[in-house]
Amino acid sequence: MTEATYSGVLDLAAGAFLLAAVLIVWRRELRAIVVLLAWQGAFLAAIPITEGIHEHDAALVTVGVIVLLLRAGVLPALLARAVGTEDHERRESTPLVNTSASLLITAGLTVLAYAVTRPIIALDPTAATRAVPGAFAVILIAVFIMVSRRRALSQAVGFMMLDNGIAATAFLITAGVPLIVELGASLDVVFAVLVLGLLTGHMRRAFGDTDLDQLRELRD
Amino acid sequence: MSALSVVAAALQVVGVLAAAPLVVGGMRQVRARLEGRAGGGIGQPWRDLRKQLRKQQITPRGTTVVFALAPAVVAGSTLLIAAIVPIIAVGSPLDPAADLFAVVGLLFLGTVTLTLAGLDTGTAFGGMGASREITIAALVEPTILLAVFALSVPGKSANLADIVSATTQNPAQVLAPGSVMAFVALIIVVIAEAGRLPVDNPSTHLEVTMIHEAMVLEYSGPKLALVEWASGMRLTVLLALVANLFLPWGIAEADPSLLAVVMGVAAITVKVALLAGLLAAAEVFIAKLRLFRVPELLAGSFLLALLAVTASYFLATPVS
Repeated sequence: MTEATYSGVLDLAAGAFLLAAVLIVWRRELRAIVVLLAWQGAFLAAIPITEGIHEHDAALVTVGVIVLLLRAGVLPALLARAVGTEDHERRESTPLVNTSASLLITAGLTVLAYAVTRPIIALDPTAATRAVPGAFAVILIAVFIMVSRRRALSQAVGFMMLDNGIAATAFLITAGVPLIVELGASLDVVFAVLVLGLLTGHMRRAFGDTDLDQLRELRD
Repeated sequence: MSALSVVAAALQVVGVLAAAPLVVGGMRQVRARLEGRAGGGIGQPWRDLRKQLRKQQITPRGTTVVFALAPAVVAGSTLLIAAIVPIIAVGSPLDPAADLFAVVGLLFLGTVTLTLAGLDTGTAFGGMGASREITIAALVEPTILLAVFALSVPGKSANLADIVSATTQNPAQVLAPGSVMAFVALIIVVIAEAGRLPVDNPSTHLEVTMIHEAMVLEYSGPKLALVEWASGMRLTVLLALVANLFLPWGIAEADPSLLAVVMGVAAITVKVALLAGLLAAAEVFIAKLRLFRVPELLAGSFLLALLAVTASYFLATPVS
């Protein structure tokens, strides 16, 4: 793989990764959000696979394939199962911040990410580190989603995005995470999503809804 | 600058004049066929124009010179854009005098004139349409600027011809993330600016939904013909601009030969026809967006354009 294709593919993957995060902010349909999350997982996996092929590092490609299976396959499937089948459960309830404002806040967060990561890039300006701001922006956007959405499931999606962003930043900065560390982190996420899925199911059975705002008051 | 550049620029203006009704007709025909109707044929807008141009001139009582001049200003500004932007050949004689900002300004001039004409009639619909149009325009213009800004980073110039030449010399940059996002953002704003679905429905005259049609409701006869012709020309010019910014192949160079000019005409015809057909086909499957959700769509496209600028700036420039 030539240097130009390598940096081109890496930029494209990082750009699509960020774009998926923006589209998740945009959409309200829970199923669409889960599908977008799967796409984001696939773009995340493309980063270590590209780096692995470029540096002839079999372990990195293996990590990429594991990430692909887990984040584009298993985790979205688990989340999709937790999406309710009833009509009012399929959509995000009115978010705390309206969509136009959230999109503008997302724009602000992205610019902030670029500003904050400039010293990091200056340490070692390569094709990979130059894409770090995109991954960092995803972390910030994920935190924003977690605080501004009301449904338990969207918050779980925000949590997953946060982890995706951290993983992408790690891949881009260090050019390779040890296999055992990646496995440990992935296992953590799987358990977190399983627990969140169970919790959502329990909440729906107990209260008939997963809108977290309605859980603030105590009831008999 | 050779004589053929001048010929090419003149061809652009004449071509846009002649092709605009055909583009509109073609889009209607594609839509009609996909909906299972026979359709009026590609030449129908031309026949409508001919009919309207022969009719008597009627000026509504109480309207001023603003109302009377607006169609000419809209059509004139659009033709000026057609002469500036690289459609057939890169080096238009007007090109050094007018860059991207001038083009966006001219586009906005047409919009503002038409909204003023809508207000000038003093009817409820005119005012309503004008207020909606200016809401959309205020959100669209910064997005166009930002999106073409993103494209101007690799070419290191805001001159449209330089941007197109840079893309011709380095075709790989079309697939860069910044460029892809700018493309999506530009498509959304072109749809909004040309008043197509899902922002505005060009074929409706339903009071609660119309935007562009509400402003021009009082026009009739030759003036209506000019307004409709101008809106067709805007759509054609914008489609041609998008086509050449992202797929500049076939466009004639700065000092073209006769063959290159002919090639340029053929290439842009194919590109615009393809783009218009795709747009019309996509419109069949979507419904008009609620007016209150249009800003959401435009904020989204603004964000995409901003991301495009940041991506193409930060990924392209080495950190100092």
